[in-house]
Amino acid sequence: MEELKKLQEQLASAFGDRLVELQVAFGEVQIEVKPADLRDVMFELRDREEFRFEQMMDLCGVDYAAYGKGEWITEEASFRGFSRGVNAEDGVNFGRLGITGVYGVHNVRTNTGRRFASVVQLLSLTHNRRLRVKTYAEDDDFPVIDSITDIWNSANWFEREAFDLFGIIYEGHPDLRRILTDYGFVGHPFRKDFPLIGNVEVRYDPDRERVIYQPVTIKPRVLVPRVVRRDNRYEGLKPSGESTNG
Amino acid sequence: MAEFRNYTLNFGPQHPAAHGVLRLVLEMEGEVVRRADPHVGLLHRATEKLAESKPFNQSIPYMDRLDYVSMMCNEHAYVMAIERLLGLEVPIRAQYIRVMFDEITRILNHLMNVGTHALDVGAMAVMLYMFREREELMDVYEAVSGARMHAAYYRVGGVYRDLPNRMPQYQPSKYRSEADLKRLNEARQGSLLDFIEDFFDRFPKLIDEYETLLTDNRIWKQRLVGVGVVSPERALQMGMSGPMLRGSGIEWDLRKKQPYEVYDRLDFDIPVGVNGDCYDRYLVRINEMRQSTRIIKQCVQWLRENPGPVMADNHKVTPPSREQMKDDMESLIHHFKLFTEGYSVPPGEVYAAIEHPKGEFGIYLVSDGANKPYRVKIRASGFAHLSAMDEMARGHMLADVVAIIGTQDIVFGEIDR
Repeated sequence: MEELKKLQEQLASAFGDRLVELQVAFGEVQIEVKPADLRDVMFELRDREEFRFEQMMDLCGVDYAAYGKGEWITEEASFRGFSRGVNAEDGVNFGRLGITGVYGVHNVRTNTGRRFASVVQLLSLTHNRRLRVKTYAEDDDFPVIDSITDIWNSANWFEREAFDLFGIIYEGHPDLRRILTDYGFVGHPFRKDFPLIGNVEVRYDPDRERVIYQPVTIKPRVLVPRVVRRDNRYEGLKPSGESTNG
Repeated sequence: MAEFRNYTLNFGPQHPAAHGVLRLVLEMEGEVVRRADPHVGLLHRATEKLAESKPFNQSIPYMDRLDYVSMMCNEHAYVMAIERLLGLEVPIRAQYIRVMFDEITRILNHLMNVGTHALDVGAMAVMLYMFREREELMDVYEAVSGARMHAAYYRVGGVYRDLPNRMPQYQPSKYRSEADLKRLNEARQGSLLDFIEDFFDRFPKLIDEYETLLTDNRIWKQRLVGVGVVSPERALQMGMSGPMLRGSGIEWDLRKKQPYEVYDRLDFDIPVGVNGDCYDRYLVRINEMRQSTRIIKQCVQWLRENPGPVMADNHKVTPPSREQMKDDMESLIHHFKLFTEGYSVPPGEVYAAIEHPKGEFGIYLVSDGANKPYRVKIRASGFAHLSAMDEMARGHMLADVVAIIGTQDIVFGEIDR
């Protein structure tokens, strides 16, 4: 706990206004910075004596388009019903959208500047502590964030992965190619508006004697709907920062 | 003299030394590697996306299938992340069981790694020896969870069930003689803990056997010493962890530095390398097996003396027992809700990391208060290691690439996810 306090104070005094948000929860410290400040802040986190975050352990993208939205709304049960096969207003089946559900495609279209985040987990061996740095891309339609590959070389593949799965462009990356998906893949599969079952499937066509791509033929279904519950047991618990295990 | 021109070599994805489905595009100058470009993703199953569409508990079996040679360690990081968000206390006995199985898993992983590494550079016998022991350890997995590999044994709130009092025995069959049967069942007369204790009494001797085959073996040393050298600074820059980092001489082990479960109560050391080459990393792994043996012995000792619950008593998250359900309405409701809808996890974000046999394995979990995770990011250590392949292989011979793949302990289940 003392360590967390100390890190919190050091971060606040070192970066001041450049921190959009500084929060401590579940025994972890997280800061949010604007994309414009990202590289400066990262350099200082690596090199300043009080931080010395020598390792970048993880970098990933997050798509916040569907955050906090369930497929099964219990508050309105009497009026919408508890049926699992509910269809959205425009006739789009929930399952078709993977897990996006009621918030459907059109909600995702709003350009809030809070949709795509790039989240970095840092580790300092000198001080034995961790820090999470979050950056939201300003434009949802064309998310761009500065690359940190030259600050920590390990970011190279992680940024390629986030580009591949979320379509976040890392400016200044030496070799921004797809990494996990197939050669010639179309789309960014981890976006919330990308269907879980995908768009195309691949099979061998005996007539043409080669492997072909075709639209998916399977029907999606949701076995357990997504339910967001406001649980009063956890109301007071959230920012305590005390983790009970480990 | 013949003139060599640069050419490109395609290594894999179907190559026995590629440890799965690695496609390496190598730019060669004669027999020297000038650039290595690993193409990964051939085993990509979108585990993270699948986990987003399932209640929390249903993704535990997916975790087994990430790094399919160290199954329980993957589960561990995942359930630990959920437990942190829930603020759930795990019973102490379950923590000891988890630590014991983490270490058994570490040995399973290192046996596989060192064995196949030796096979790749030409020593067949070591692998056969090591698989002999892996077999017995997988019997331990089976005894406790019913599955030899994909156990799904760790659950949120503890472990699935307590250690069995009776170790399963071999049954008579027409393919096995009476004498064989007796020999096989000799160690299986007592409980699971007896079997584990007996095995780990013998195990240090068996490690000596592997060492006689490898440690001073001239060919083994010629293939490994001075190959794939990583300086400590570069190891940090490239995000290495686990034996890859310790082989370069950095004493960093999450079990010691950021202890989780009961590692702070146990007595063990961290082996560290000096030169940062493949040979040092091999020595680190061998020594880690010895340290794991020490940890397991302490756990066995403790588990014998301290019976107790292995699952948290919070039925909002863990299922109630069958007996309770027979005459308790509340338990029946809990059971029904848990198995139809699952439990909701409070909104928040955590990053739970454990010392996986291969390095740091982390789960970054974002929850928005639903019964399914909002985002799960799996931080696989192999992913960072393989990205360093280019730097490690540059300037080495083609045959050394195989040694480097082996030393990085590549498993595609976790890299491609």
